Amino acid sequence: MTIADQVTGSPVAGTADAKSTVEAKPRAAAPAITLPVIGERELRLDLFRGLALWLIFIDHLPPNLLTWFTIRNYGFSDATEIFIFISGYTAAFVYGRAMLDSGVVIATARILRRVWQIYVAHVFLFTIFLAEISYVATSFENPLYTEEMGIMDFLKQPDVTIVQALLLRFRPVNMDVLPLYIVLMLALPLILWLMKWKPDLTLGLSVVLYVVTWEFDLYFSAYPNGFWAFNPLAWQLLFVFGAWCALGGARRMSRILASPVTMWISIAYLAAAFYVTLTWYVPQLSHFMPKRIEQWMYPIDKTDLDVLRFTHFLALAALTVRFLPRDWPGLKSPLLRPLILCGQHSLEIFCLGVFLAFAGHFILAEVSGGPGMHALISLCGILIMWAMAWVISWYKQVADKSGSKTKNAVGNADLAGGG
Amino acid sequence: MKAKVLRSLILLCGVLAAPSARAEDNAAPQAPAGPAACEVPSYLLATESQLPKVAEAVKSEKPLEILVVGSRSTTIPSSEESSYPARLQAILKEKLPSEPVHVSVELQSKKTAEEAASTFVKLMEAKRPTLVIWQTGTVDAIRSIDPDEFRGAVTDGVTALQNAGADVILMNLQYSPRTETMISVPPYLDNMRVVAQEHDIPLFDRFAIMRQWNDQGQFDLFNSSRGPELAKQVHDCLGRALAQFVVDAAHLGPAQQQN
Repeated sequence: MTIADQVTGSPVAGTADAKSTVEAKPRAAAPAITLPVIGERELRLDLFRGLALWLIFIDHLPPNLLTWFTIRNYGFSDATEIFIFISGYTAAFVYGRAMLDSGVVIATARILRRVWQIYVAHVFLFTIFLAEISYVATSFENPLYTEEMGIMDFLKQPDVTIVQALLLRFRPVNMDVLPLYIVLMLALPLILWLMKWKPDLTLGLSVVLYVVTWEFDLYFSAYPNGFWAFNPLAWQLLFVFGAWCALGGARRMSRILASPVTMWISIAYLAAAFYVTLTWYVPQLSHFMPKRIEQWMYPIDKTDLDVLRFTHFLALAALTVRFLPRDWPGLKSPLLRPLILCGQHSLEIFCLGVFLAFAGHFILAEVSGGPGMHALISLCGILIMWAMAWVISWYKQVADKSGSKTKNAVGNADLAGGG
Repeated sequence: MKAKVLRSLILLCGVLAAPSARAEDNAAPQAPAGPAACEVPSYLLATESQLPKVAEAVKSEKPLEILVVGSRSTTIPSSEESSYPARLQAILKEKLPSEPVHVSVELQSKKTAEEAASTFVKLMEAKRPTLVIWQTGTVDAIRSIDPDEFRGAVTDGVTALQNAGADVILMNLQYSPRTETMISVPPYLDNMRVVAQEHDIPLFDRFAIMRQWNDQGQFDLFNSSRGPELAKQVHDCLGRALAQFVVDAAHLGPAQQQN
């Protein structure tokens, strides 16, 4: 095996031509990781991240008609898994290359800059949340809900609450994903540095951390009590796995992914998961569920990324990679364009989605409820996300044209999730 | 939660059938007797778990002593006589005319499931009810108690109540659309469902029922007015639904046909 062979990486089942890789980096010491060529964007990643963003938005609204199109109703895993996996994948892809080309220090600096952007976005969303909750606290006095209004108690101590929010310890509902993302990105320099050295060992360590987290019940504490809704110590597994796939793991797994055995196991697992989810909605079916299995299975823990959820995501991903080839012509179709656009600017669109969910709740509260309004708000939200993504793309193009020509082929933050 | 598939299928049909977006009226089945606003689809009141002690008490014509243990959403400030436990007693008396029914309330405001459960042994010694309806989860959700700990606490509480010789019904949280963005309710709903399943006890799905009312336009739960009218009506309907639920779960004969 030549060095060139070793470095010819390709994300998920074969990427662009190997030639340019060879000229891209036959380095003195062959790095342990392999990077795919910078060439065409991997549109499937954008597509599914865009999809995840839409689904997260819909899941953040009160349940309505569109909720039925979100994947959490058909199995164990949901959009969060897709989002974190793809984030790990793209982050490793972009910053892994930066680390090889410019060194650890520069890459770390770039990652930290990205973390700062995400942090600022989170604080911005928190401010909007504060405005909303303060409004509700002063205007809503329905005696039916005197107890629920106890949630406003934290407004009595804004000093503590706001500082805790800045420390990422106080996180309102629906604002859990960004703090998780921040912590994972903070760990990224270490992950990449280890992966540069021994990718499989890094993945192994990640699994060990996951197991230790479950075994010893480790968690990040939150304010005023409780813990982080997404435990970074567990969810890192998906992120690191994404990174591992990006850095050549996917290519090495391609034989496994292509085997019919994998396919049938995945199909069987997804079908079983679907059946289990059906029993939640059609309780009559649960007669056919052995009590033993129920007791072993429940609860399916989202906080600590239950193994059932992780494997469900793996099965979904395996089938997706198999049945949706990289050069699938549909990826270029204008119908999927909105999703891909959204996926290409994920940080902005994610924040916009959280904001729109707040706004949607507000409209439902102030104007009217009803399923018609619900569906309308969901649709409008998605249209707004699409429009925003389009504007950002347009602006980027304009700015790139008039901007420096020194922009090198090194992946930009855009690919790593907007920016 | 369980009702979501059905409901959205109904809605989907409605939306497809009617060009106007507001289609919920088309989809509603014909209303049964009783106050129209209290209508609850039967699947929301269906349970396979039973209430053997209640059935036995009614059969042997012993008085039916029901204890409602709950937090503040079990009452209406300054209108206790209109709260759902009071309504439950009135309606059960109507449904079971030959049966002495007494409903008492043990209010444990601002107590988590764990704090409430720790009082159960003494409480049961003092009251000796046939049936305990335990409404819980709200305080835990507000304080974002660890859902695992919450499940453990509910399990302990249910076990204590059962050991003291009572039937148990769990009642989950209210549907509170205004605070939906602030309180994370699903983990607590899920864990209560798990405990109910494990112990084979009925779960009164207050959350789904109230959401149904809101979605179908029977009540506007976003209403921010101070007046107690809405609260009184909702509690009246909750009392009715709960009475029906008790009667069904205990298989109390022909009374099931009434609504």
